Amino acid sequence: MSPAAYLALAAVLFSLGCTGVLLRRNAIVMFMSVELMLNAANLALVTASRMHGNLDGQVFAFFSMTVAAAEVVVGLAIIVQIFRSRRSASIDDASLLKL
Amino acid sequence: MGVQLPFPTPQIEYSLLLPVLVILGAAVVSVLIEAVAAESLRRTLQPLLAFGSLAIALAGCVGLWDQRQVVAQGALVVDGPTVILQGTLLILAVLGALLMMESRVDPAGDPFAARASTIPGSADERGFGARRQTEVWPLFLFAVGGMLMFPAANDLLTAFIALEVFSLPLYLLTGMARRRRLLSQEAALKYFVLGAFSSAVFLFGSALIYAATGSLDFAGIADAVSADPTSGLLLSAGVALLLAGMLFKVGAAPFHQWSPDVYQGAPTALTAFMSAATKVAAFGALLRVMFVALGGAAWDWQPAVAVIAGLSMLVGAITAVVQSDIKRVLAYSSVAHAGFILTGVLAASPKGLSGSLVYLVAYGFVTLAAFGLLTVVRSPAGEATDVQQWAGLAKKSPVTASVFSLLLLTMAGLPLTSGFTAKFAAWSAAWGGWQTGVVVIGAVSSTIAAAFYLRIIVSMWFSEGDDAVVVALPGLGTRTVVGVGVASAVVFGVAPQLLLGLVDGVGVFLR
Repeated sequence: MSPAAYLALAAVLFSLGCTGVLLRRNAIVMFMSVELMLNAANLALVTASRMHGNLDGQVFAFFSMTVAAAEVVVGLAIIVQIFRSRRSASIDDASLLKL
Repeated sequence: MGVQLPFPTPQIEYSLLLPVLVILGAAVVSVLIEAVAAESLRRTLQPLLAFGSLAIALAGCVGLWDQRQVVAQGALVVDGPTVILQGTLLILAVLGALLMMESRVDPAGDPFAARASTIPGSADERGFGARRQTEVWPLFLFAVGGMLMFPAANDLLTAFIALEVFSLPLYLLTGMARRRRLLSQEAALKYFVLGAFSSAVFLFGSALIYAATGSLDFAGIADAVSADPTSGLLLSAGVALLLAGMLFKVGAAPFHQWSPDVYQGAPTALTAFMSAATKVAAFGALLRVMFVALGGAAWDWQPAVAVIAGLSMLVGAITAVVQSDIKRVLAYSSVAHAGFILTGVLAASPKGLSGSLVYLVAYGFVTLAAFGLLTVVRSPAGEATDVQQWAGLAKKSPVTASVFSLLLLTMAGLPLTSGFTAKFAAWSAAWGGWQTGVVVIGAVSSTIAAAFYLRIIVSMWFSEGDDAVVVALPGLGTRTVVGVGVASAVVFGVAPQLLLGLVDGVGVFLR
């Protein structure tokens, strides 16, 4: 099977994640969509690594997994804190700052 | 048994990495202090460690002045632009730390919540009272360390890690204001969601560029780009996504939506540091990517960057006119400034590089001082950030009003201030690079911008004020920050050759 198909799959996953962030209104779901985008990037990196026959992309994927884990820690800390203050994780409720 | 790949020991030039290593090392020690030291000890140790490590890193940075070398197996570059950006970042960090230390302007204590985990308005929160927050120091040091790495990064992997290392602590620090905590937490949430989104976009862009070129380091990408000037779909999409991710960090329109909210909600001491330093770090990295990795495809990205530069200048200037909160005015003006700096990037020439660097140095000190000054004008509820509350300020404190007027005029680009030097350097480079249309848009939007700066100045000097608003007497730290900002505005304005000569001396990016 051609590696290009995996790149196409990565693009589809990335677009799904993007759509999720832009359309959903729950902070946790938006956050999950971001994780989907990061994993789409990981898939693209590993595929490209296979295409070019070097290991750079695989190493990058390891780093980005670690970064994603760190991002979960920071993100959930912020979301939990907001939830404790307001009893809601909806993005629309957080509107003290007008645009 | 698998194939044994040769895995030589990497060669690390520790002496050339001194500034970065010192700051990140101090950040780790700072986390350790937070875990083991008693509270009273932490309050003296943490700032001591922060200022000590910043001083050592700054000294190390000065020592790197003549170095031009690719270090750490090609992960980072130490060259002229790196050294000048790192030096600027370290000075901005010292000034930012001075603002974070300030505890005299607010009777409730320093700018950060005594315990960020308490629920706003709860008895639990009141129990901690005016206690000093020390958890901000390790976060601050990590942010500074990441910012030092970002403009020095020589491959997409290092750039991504540096980006995250400085972004994640900033998300948290944004949510830690002592006053108006709901606002601050909301700003943190918005910053985090949009920031994580843009990081993911940056990462996917990197993955596509790697797929197209087979290389992560900038020199390899540059070779692949010049070997195939038609640049296929994969590479174009990758470059577009990578650019979008970086332009988000510099706050250029249409990727600026987060900046007014975050600037307004974050503790002002942090906003000051963030608005100045994030721009310096992110523009440094953007310049390196555009000039080193994508220099061969300049014809392809110049139209897109031209549109974004023009849009940033116009959106920033026009939206700032209708804002009623002074922090939001400064935020939108920083969007406009991002556009002005992008005109320098647009030139895609050594002159464009030095023009952008001059602008970053000039803008950083002035904006830090302007936000620093916002903290001293107070109402009983905290900082008075409504533009109407600043009316008649000249009668209460002529010094504050004069200094703020000077800083605003510098941002507007009045001749004999550093703002004029910066705009001249960036625009003359763009003009020389035949980007005349963008320079014209820049001139128009800086006229619009001057209108709202003047509106604030007029209301400070010629209106009747609100008696509830007072000007607090700041401590030595805030005075130093404002003093440095004013000095830079005047000195680099009256004697522009000092700054221009310094930046011209650093040369271009090392490949």
